[in-house]
Amino acid sequence: MRFIDPHIHMSARTTDDYERMAAAGIVAVIEPAFWLGQPRTQVGTFLDYLSSLVGWERFRAAQFGICHYCTIGLNSKEANNEALAEQVMDVLPLYLGKEGVVAVGEIGYDDQTAAEDKYYRAQLQLALDLGMLVQVHTPHRDKKRGTSRSMDVAIEMGLDPGSVVIDHNNEETVQEVLDRGFWAAFTLYPETKMGSERFVEIARRYGSTHIFIDSSADWGKSDPLAVPKTARLMLERGIPPADVEATCYANALAAFGQSGQIKEEHWLSGKPRDERLLYQGNSVLRGQQPRVGDLPVIPERDEPPVIK
Amino acid sequence: MKPLDLLGIWLAARLPESAATWLLTGIDRCRTGIADRDLYLLISLVSRHVGKTPLALTEAELQAGSASRPGWNPRDWTLDQAARVHLLGASTSDGAVMSERLDRLCSAGELGELVAYYRGLPLYPDPSRYALRAAEGIRSNMRAVFEAVAHRNPYPAEQLNEPAWNQLVLKALFVGSPLHPIVGLDGRRNPTLARMLCDYAHERWAASRPVSPELWRCVGPFAAGPVLDDFARLFERGTADEQQAAALALREATDPGAARLLDLHAHRAGDRADSRLEWERLATAGN
Repeated sequence: MRFIDPHIHMSARTTDDYERMAAAGIVAVIEPAFWLGQPRTQVGTFLDYLSSLVGWERFRAAQFGICHYCTIGLNSKEANNEALAEQVMDVLPLYLGKEGVVAVGEIGYDDQTAAEDKYYRAQLQLALDLGMLVQVHTPHRDKKRGTSRSMDVAIEMGLDPGSVVIDHNNEETVQEVLDRGFWAAFTLYPETKMGSERFVEIARRYGSTHIFIDSSADWGKSDPLAVPKTARLMLERGIPPADVEATCYANALAAFGQSGQIKEEHWLSGKPRDERLLYQGNSVLRGQQPRVGDLPVIPERDEPPVIK
Repeated sequence: MKPLDLLGIWLAARLPESAATWLLTGIDRCRTGIADRDLYLLISLVSRHVGKTPLALTEAELQAGSASRPGWNPRDWTLDQAARVHLLGASTSDGAVMSERLDRLCSAGELGELVAYYRGLPLYPDPSRYALRAAEGIRSNMRAVFEAVAHRNPYPAEQLNEPAWNQLVLKALFVGSPLHPIVGLDGRRNPTLARMLCDYAHERWAASRPVSPELWRCVGPFAAGPVLDDFARLFERGTADEQQAAALALREATDPGAARLLDLHAHRAGDRADSRLEWERLATAGN
């Protein structure tokens, strides 16, 4: 079985992670622009970060046989520094049209302040102007209300719910998201957001329509193998393989594929996505037929005894 | 005809109508004075509109290219690259403005864009302004970016100073990139480069790693003294390709000791008429 992790911050991860992800069957990742754990103070550091998402990180991923895409936006936490936020809004058009940018994201609410609301709306307008999808981060605190409000504003601004992914859902938010026609993403995160076992129950209850999972792995305690590990548990607990494939691969592709920037042929062609990358890595998984129903291989850490 | 006009003609002959119209509208906007921000967005949208298939120029078109700009060889260019350089070129004929724009675009460029901007180096106005930009491309860790500067691009040989040029050649070997597509390689060989390359070969030998036979092409004219020991080593312990490379390289040496060494081993080298083609063969066969 092959997987997509549609929300993972690879800039914060190591080459070991890339190797293990590829070995576990992850063929593509989407890296949303977000904050770096401490607030940025200069627009220049934003520029360099966004440049690395469309440049270096994509190249680095390809070295491990993984196709890398990103979303570009001003995250909600840093929207609260309005002087800086204004400058960031000015440079976003430099990046939004670039190759491999699948959506405006991750944007939305954190504390649900007036400034966050202002820049959430401004970026929804950018998405409308450029005909782009939107990836919404829903808040940790006051989550249910924040999630409803994210959707209210998107609809008020005139966005089609089918072009908006609502991320970090839980048992309390999923029903409304699905009822209103948005895509519902779940983040499998150790201890805080959602565990694999809880998601198995959600999959049992809600099926696999318009639902997918991600790891949101970043610089904090998180797991870049969350998607294949959860897939494995779903299969072991009797979730039909077609539903596992939908929630761990196909639905994310269908949602973000609307951008025209992420396509299955990028990893199925048996060739690197871009021949100019002069790809020189392992060739596991490229060109294979999907074997729906197989248990994913979760690699142990395997340390070679010497450097060759 | 100017290179930019050729790009326009080649693109028009290949693009479907909707993409051609989109591009022409963009060119018009560029010519009539476009705001920086709009230009950057326009150039970044190119791959979504014109695609990335190879430009696939005919022999006649390639000849027209090199006639309009000596040394220009867009053989490997793709549609998006041609369109990006075309748009950028249409936006200004002022070298100072172009240089500033290029810096800004490169600082925010994704891989495909960077390859296009660096391939365009021989076409920008006031060429001496971009030597630092070219050196920056050579420093890139992304091989495709490095090769956009280094391969089939006349700009480096024309504009780089000796230290930057030498870094280009050494880095090509370092990243496993062939030397023969470097334009002006033979004309810019120099004793410092030969010394750097010999040191590099010694490092590789110490680590029991292979050395590209192409390396010796830049050492040959300066082969004398202790460097002859390296050539003797190639003749005695090298692969067939390395022996061939040593003989080809020594043919260009002027030192009498080099001539004696070549005589001693001439039977291994065969008699090849066209050394340029032979170096090319060694590059593809050697690794």
